Amino acid sequence: MTHRFDSVDAVREGLRKVDYLADESIAGIAYLADRLAKPVLIEGPAGTGKTQLAKSVAEMSGARLIRLQCYEGLDEAKALYEWNYKKQLLRIQVERGEEDSSWTEIQDDIFSDEFLLPRPLLEAITAEDPVVLLIDEVDRVELETEALLLEILSDYQVSIPELGTIEAKQIPLVFLTSNNTRELSEALKRRCLFLHLDYPSMEREKEIVLTKVPDINDNLAEQVARIVRSIRQLELKKHPSVSETLDWARTLVLLGIENIDEKDAVETVNILLKYRSDIEKAIKEFSSNSQAHFETTS
Amino acid sequence: MTTTPTDAASSDKALFDLLEGFVHELRSAGLPVSLSENIDAAEAVRHIPLEDRTAFKYALAATLVKNNAHWKTFETLFEVYFSLRGDEYSLDGDDDPFGELDLDMDEGEEGPQGEGGQGGGEGMSPEDLAELLFQAMMRGDETLMRAIARQAVKRYAGMEPGRPVGGTYYLYRTLRNLDLDGLMERLMDQAQEQAPDGLSPFEERLERDEFEARMEQLRKEIEAEIRRRLVADRGAEAMAKTLRKPLPEDVDFMHASREEMVGLRRAIYPLTRKLAARLARKRRHKRKGPLDFRNTVRHSLSYGGVPADPRFKHPKPAKPEIFVIADISGSVAAFARFTLHLVYAISSQFSRVRAFVFIDGLDEVTDFFEGVDDIGEAIHRVNTEADVVWVDGHSDYGHAFEVFWEKYGKEIGPKTTVLILGDARNNYHASQAWIAKEIQHRARKLFWLNPEPKAYWNTGDSIVGEYGAYCDGTFEVRNLRQLERFVDNLV
Repeated sequence: MTHRFDSVDAVREGLRKVDYLADESIAGIAYLADRLAKPVLIEGPAGTGKTQLAKSVAEMSGARLIRLQCYEGLDEAKALYEWNYKKQLLRIQVERGEEDSSWTEIQDDIFSDEFLLPRPLLEAITAEDPVVLLIDEVDRVELETEALLLEILSDYQVSIPELGTIEAKQIPLVFLTSNNTRELSEALKRRCLFLHLDYPSMEREKEIVLTKVPDINDNLAEQVARIVRSIRQLELKKHPSVSETLDWARTLVLLGIENIDEKDAVETVNILLKYRSDIEKAIKEFSSNSQAHFETTS
Repeated sequence: MTTTPTDAASSDKALFDLLEGFVHELRSAGLPVSLSENIDAAEAVRHIPLEDRTAFKYALAATLVKNNAHWKTFETLFEVYFSLRGDEYSLDGDDDPFGELDLDMDEGEEGPQGEGGQGGGEGMSPEDLAELLFQAMMRGDETLMRAIARQAVKRYAGMEPGRPVGGTYYLYRTLRNLDLDGLMERLMDQAQEQAPDGLSPFEERLERDEFEARMEQLRKEIEAEIRRRLVADRGAEAMAKTLRKPLPEDVDFMHASREEMVGLRRAIYPLTRKLAARLARKRRHKRKGPLDFRNTVRHSLSYGGVPADPRFKHPKPAKPEIFVIADISGSVAAFARFTLHLVYAISSQFSRVRAFVFIDGLDEVTDFFEGVDDIGEAIHRVNTEADVVWVDGHSDYGHAFEVFWEKYGKEIGPKTTVLILGDARNNYHASQAWIAKEIQHRARKLFWLNPEPKAYWNTGDSIVGEYGAYCDGTFEVRNLRQLERFVDNLV
């Protein structure tokens, strides 16, 4: 079998080229996923780049991204495959005119590849070209539906009762993401490599800001990263995600702010925080020593 | 990968044995590692150059640890288990001063990477060291910080070979000597002076957070250093045992450190979410009620009078009403907090939840929780606003129960489940156990949850037995795991 990546460093470099800053663990696990032919389960708070990682890996390796968005009520017909029954009906009707066709012939005929509608999972394993399969927010499906995924995750095959087992032509890289709203089943976890993506360290976040926000200077990026880190230490309903950090940095650049002072921070904090109570808390925390000063600015 | 075939076989064997031991350690620490995960780990490390310790660690973590709450335990064990294993697994080798360690801890040079500034450790006075630390912190110089951490442990921890003292003791001694609070003051003053026109409170706050992050770094270095020295003294296996930190769900409520408390608070959110989801599903799935005779007969008409399609009544599971009566005096406050949190998080499973808190007086706090979406905030209000002190603020179960019975006793009905939370340490006041008897009489169930280990019950001023006689169950609930199990069964 040929491997996609030569070394951990190659993965990191490749990801950097598509503007994804991977740390040691991210690159290492992506590399292992390829070598061991195992899916990666990525877990972590919202907005830390879980989905982006899958996209970036696809981009760097020139593979097609096939995405399955999970939701409550997802079933086989949406995730795996479905029989195209309209086409089947049509086939039967055409067949009816001819006298010599037997029952088994028609049956064999209408349950063949031609009448199969592949859904993302089947599509991923039957693809000829290299693909990356992203199963997004897997924690949203019910526990029972998870079982649908198990066969494909461990053996890269799909069993269709009428047709037999379809095996993968090439092994796709599989990423599953989870916001951890519920405990995933042991069976699923056991089949995957596990990667926890947390908020980046201050240094890494600064790097990310520098890469993703054009025209930002080093000093401002540093300040942004430091303020965000401080805000994340507060007990909030929802901590600012990396994408919100980036939005904030972009806003500051647009406003032509070179050096963030308290007033700027208070005026733009609503980009970072989305709950009224969180915003109030943050403002209070950061100007606790000078209540009077704060009141004039807000 | 890099080895020749002949070595590969033998080194594989050695590696596999080592991994086996490590997995064993993980399992003893409570991490669920399955056989297939163990095999995956063995497979994974073959693709990783062994000299790359970080990659090695992440490879193991990705295959063995599937729950982020277990990460810390893994990390500690990893460090202990792999820090002193032959050359190929050791740290970079050069910064490993254990050779001299066995001879005499007070003597000798620092590792070769020690910087010019701290050279011969002996020659430096404590003031010099403090000054150096100040400089390092100011600049955020990590190499220097690490060197200082080592020096500080060597000097202040007073570690002696074979001394049966835990790592926390050494940590405490080292930190006390370094006086980090004082250092913080100095750093802030310095930062204040350096700023051209003084720091605004906003900037000051940011500076402070920056220094705190650096201090945290220093603390970690010190901890790591202590651990390394302990491993050198006692061996990895023995250390792994003593360093084993309980998983968040196993942390004892009554003796949780501040750090563990933070971990607990973080653990409770996903826990409640999962519990709520599980309970809601349970309710949906239980469908079989008793036979609905009329409905069955009606449907039998379409089968010519044969009851081929039996119909069942939809069960209406009674949602119990819950009264929580919680002792919130010092020692058991944390326990009460977590239980209230959990009960309120799944309050949709109950027809009504009412909460009462007491120390020696009693107050109803149901209002605090109503229409609030942040339970944490409500609990904070309970702790600060509830009027629970009657005389001296020492637990008096007897009096609290009297007040409860007088004011709210009549509201207990046959659908009410009453939970009493507390250690029943009554400070030798009158127990008024007859109230428990009366409550049990009126209520559907009366349960007592005690955060103390069972062995301590009914010792000293604990009178849980007196009340327990009238309870439908008394439970030891010391950690989140037990709490979750209890609440799960309650519904």
